[in-house]
Amino acid sequence: MVVDQLSESEVDRLFHALADRTRRSIVLRAISEEHSVSALAAHYAMSFAAVQKHVSVLEQASLVTKEKRGREQIVRANRDAVRKARHLLDEYELIWRQRIDRITEILAEDE
Amino acid sequence: MAVISTEKDLEALSLTIVAEFDAAVERVWQIWEDPRQLERWWGPPTYPATFDKHEFREGGSSSYYMTGPEGDKSGGWWKFTAIDSPRRLEFDDGFADESGAPMDELGETHAVVTLEEVEAGRTRMTVASSFESADQLQQMIEMGMEEGLKEAMGQIDGILAERARV
Repeated sequence: MVVDQLSESEVDRLFHALADRTRRSIVLRAISEEHSVSALAAHYAMSFAAVQKHVSVLEQASLVTKEKRGREQIVRANRDAVRKARHLLDEYELIWRQRIDRITEILAEDE
Repeated sequence: MAVISTEKDLEALSLTIVAEFDAAVERVWQIWEDPRQLERWWGPPTYPATFDKHEFREGGSSSYYMTGPEGDKSGGWWKFTAIDSPRRLEFDDGFADESGAPMDELGETHAVVTLEEVEAGRTRMTVASSFESADQLQQMIEMGMEEGLKEAMGQIDGILAERARV
């Protein structure tokens, strides 16, 4: 299977980043759509600064990207993560294409 | 080609695949209903599926395992959430441990299958699968399906090579 190879330190950062429930939740929100840090902060019972710190841990692990837009900082899930999801869906599609080929063969036996 | 179209939704983590077969709706329904026919296509030839339970009715469940080339087994279960014979079928699909008990932590896939007649003797089948997370999707692919994928890749390469020659 073609899963991107990560170095050991990258894996460590990834695990550390995802070991926290708030950070996992932030990644999930950022995958569905982009959010400003202040919009994210509104979802959690913690200070803006604390949320900002979580975001920077995620950023170091390359799970999200942060971009300054006006006075806002916009958080988005890393495109690689999305690409990985696409890659997985591509593989799943192949599984189904192969199943459909087998169904076609079974149905062809009727004739 | 039997496959008409596919559609992937990255945010919803779903795949919809549409295929057409030269067979009546009732006939295509049987490949889902009859466990012996289902076993012939659910798993790839290198990881064939064996359905030891197949309660094909709303609220019913199925249990199956796939046996790898080394004799390794990975188990799965289905739970039928809707059955409207012979046009619509919905089920949840998850992993099971060696005793057949569901492993909930791995998440489940929800599948909606619809069959419709395009013309007499020709059926369109739409399968929409949605996943709970990318991790779950990855697990799904890793558990026992790798060999099948390699084969499929090989088949596709073969077809493309043939087309190139024509």
